[in-house]
Amino acid sequence: MLASSTPNILIIVAILATVGISGVAFMRLRKPSPKSAPETTSAPASSANDAHASVAGNEVAVSDSGSVAEMLEPKAKVEATEAGSEDTAVIDEIADLKERTAKTRGVFASAFAKVRGRSGIDQDTWDDLEETLLKADIGIGLTTRLLEPLRASVKSGEIRTADDLINALRNGMTAQLATTDRSLHLDATVGPNVWLFVGVNGVGKTTTIGKIATAERAKGTSVLMAAGDTFRAAAAEQLQVWSERSGAAFVRGAEGGDPASVIFDGIQSAAAKNITLVLGDTAGRLQNKSNLMEELKKVRRVADKAEGTVNEVLLVIDATTGQNGLSQAREFAAATDVTGVVLTKLDGSAKGGIVFAIETDLGIPVKLVGLGEGAHDLVPFTPSEYVSALFE
Amino acid sequence: MFDSLSDRLQGIVKRLKGKGRLTEADVDEVMGEIRTALLEADVNISVVRDVVARIREQAIGATVSEALDPSQQIIKIVNAELIAMLGGETLKITYASAPPTVVLMAGLQGSGKTTSAAKLARWFKSQGRQPLLVGADLQRPAAVDQLRTLGNQIGVPVFSEPGDPVTTAERGLAEAKRLGKDVLIVDTAGRLSIDEELMREVANISGKVKPHYTFLVVDAMTGQDAVSVAEAFHERLAIDGVILSKLDGDARGGAALSVKTVIGRPIAFAATGEKIDAFEQFHPDRMASRILGMGDMLTLIEQAEKVFEADKAEEAAQRMLEGQFTLEDFLEQLQQLKKMGPLSGVMGMLPGMPKEMKNAQVGDDMVKVTEAIIRSMTAEERRKPEIINGSRRTRIAKGSGTEVSDVNKLIKQFTEMQKMMKRMGVMAQPKGKQGKGGKPKINKRQAMRELSDMMGGAGMPQGFPGMPGLPGQGQDPGMPPFFK
Repeated sequence: MLASSTPNILIIVAILATVGISGVAFMRLRKPSPKSAPETTSAPASSANDAHASVAGNEVAVSDSGSVAEMLEPKAKVEATEAGSEDTAVIDEIADLKERTAKTRGVFASAFAKVRGRSGIDQDTWDDLEETLLKADIGIGLTTRLLEPLRASVKSGEIRTADDLINALRNGMTAQLATTDRSLHLDATVGPNVWLFVGVNGVGKTTTIGKIATAERAKGTSVLMAAGDTFRAAAAEQLQVWSERSGAAFVRGAEGGDPASVIFDGIQSAAAKNITLVLGDTAGRLQNKSNLMEELKKVRRVADKAEGTVNEVLLVIDATTGQNGLSQAREFAAATDVTGVVLTKLDGSAKGGIVFAIETDLGIPVKLVGLGEGAHDLVPFTPSEYVSALFE
Repeated sequence: MFDSLSDRLQGIVKRLKGKGRLTEADVDEVMGEIRTALLEADVNISVVRDVVARIREQAIGATVSEALDPSQQIIKIVNAELIAMLGGETLKITYASAPPTVVLMAGLQGSGKTTSAAKLARWFKSQGRQPLLVGADLQRPAAVDQLRTLGNQIGVPVFSEPGDPVTTAERGLAEAKRLGKDVLIVDTAGRLSIDEELMREVANISGKVKPHYTFLVVDAMTGQDAVSVAEAFHERLAIDGVILSKLDGDARGGAALSVKTVIGRPIAFAATGEKIDAFEQFHPDRMASRILGMGDMLTLIEQAEKVFEADKAEEAAQRMLEGQFTLEDFLEQLQQLKKMGPLSGVMGMLPGMPKEMKNAQVGDDMVKVTEAIIRSMTAEERRKPEIINGSRRTRIAKGSGTEVSDVNKLIKQFTEMQKMMKRMGVMAQPKGKQGKGGKPKINKRQAMRELSDMMGGAGMPQGFPGMPGLPGQGQDPGMPPFFK
């Protein structure tokens, strides 16, 4: 039959077409009275959905905004930690991240305590470590890659105690997150700076924009939000609430309208009003929907054409995401040249370990971490803190 | 992205072939691969341990059969085990004798509660019920607006009032009684399972409205944490069933297995698309092969059904079987196919695709090239490729920006395909019967079997060593399992 074993498009297409055709026809045959397919005509049937973490209360902690602004200057902070100089502000933030992920520490802490409690390093030690890493959604591939060199070190006698082993693992994990520049690029001297937010449904894009707007407004930056999610019901309203809270300008289009033109209009409007930063929201979309990914590519292209500079495309990833996060990062990066990841909902019980694979395999740095529902619950990501929070 | 279990096992099995007996180490290796496959699918590690132990037990007992290829045998065991674990009791909705039947939706932020609530309302409506939606998510800005918009789309009223979610839910119940609605669906705010205060709040809502069904909405992309979330919600609310959202993504959805195993409640519904009607009762068998990365034929066919225009497709199938399938038809099918998403994704759903083919860059660029070549042909050439001579080939290559050899290849392969189709058409003809006008009439049902046999059944063409017809093999060898 299909003798040629070399993969070729025609055969594949033929097969797929056959599947399609026979499937359709067969289904039809099975259904004697095929419904005349009254497709729901109204297009915007909100995608998977709600998400967008809610805000605790209506009051935004404006009093807190000084530190909020600081939180969003990760560059300085990263440099400080790297230099090893223990700036008090940095310590505060570390304490903050640790304290606020404290609720979820249980499993890890107890697993490591178990490892430490054993007299030596045995099979159970390795099993415990592996399980701990897997539970954090680090993935079996990377887990094996992390543990392999440690096994060798233990074998060679380089590592003798459980404490050393845990420390070595911690260093190994921190080393995976080697990007040095995690800053959000903002240049007030050029036209509007554009930051686009992309991701699957329900990860918290809109909420993240609200938080960033609040922080940037508090720093004195002029901000405009462009409601590029024209698909999900009431997405623009959700963003508008945030614009009112943060005092950012707001541009929206018609529901079901073209998202690219909303973003374009937003940037043009910001340019006309001398607004420094445009935050562009986009509808959540699953990365395997090619038509929606094409739409996103168009948003990106059109944004480039407007009178501003797109200097951040931030992929928002929910910490509860499992191994699919890697596929999300790959596809969104291919479509829009993602510049960084925002890891949201890290205040829950999930650890967000998929970011290790995203950063090592795809080289996309994690830039921000969402730790709660309030406007000030977005902090810069620092590898050592994050790994510490996992370990302690 | 990840290798399917069959790919993983194929390698091992090749090595094991010729070995008379499997050693303990061989079994370990196979189990290791199963473990990896399940972990890559986000099945919780504790659950994985459990599954692997069960499978090992069965595998050891079952390695005697000579009839089946050992890898097929193992996969059959794994698949059957997963189906058993995912399935079991199904949730049958019974309606309260004193209406309304109250349904409470709960879950993490972003899991898809609001959309699922609307989809569920539509489902109840399609069952002849009259639902009322209550928006008790008063936290997320515009959540109630979202519910109202969705309610409008499906023609289901929405009740909500600002203030306290518990009171809103209670008032919603009273409203449903007043309006004589027989189903009440309460949408609640997303909350973290470890947030004491908010968990207490949802428990309060539950206490007030006394739901007959409490559904936990779980994102199909959830990782290891799915278990702790499900446990926490189950403890507070006594979950009756799970709604698996965003199943139209490319996540393997191991969370479904984890949650089902841990709380022991069935997965009642699955959301399979963005459209409001993309919501259906859960199929454990499809989920099992999906978790194992072995393709999901039925979903593929359903996707195809959505995008392929039924009339055109049937016509094309007819012509295909009569051997009159032209390049024109092929181009048409190509267009339809493109609507189904990136080819690699579609391919991933095909069971038994050999690894080499899956890994080959069947980028959509290749589709483009093929398209370009066909588009550079005249209408006559598309209908009768045999008239394409040397100079025509050069012209087509020039017109499509390809090499003559590409054109040659396409034509050659198309001719082969045509022959194959024709052969199948002949096979599908009922003996001795002639249709109207003396034209041989094709027995459609038979023909469709032939076509689908090619795909899922044992009749997979050579060069596609895969796993023929996985679940429920052997009952009717002619038919792929999902048509039974």
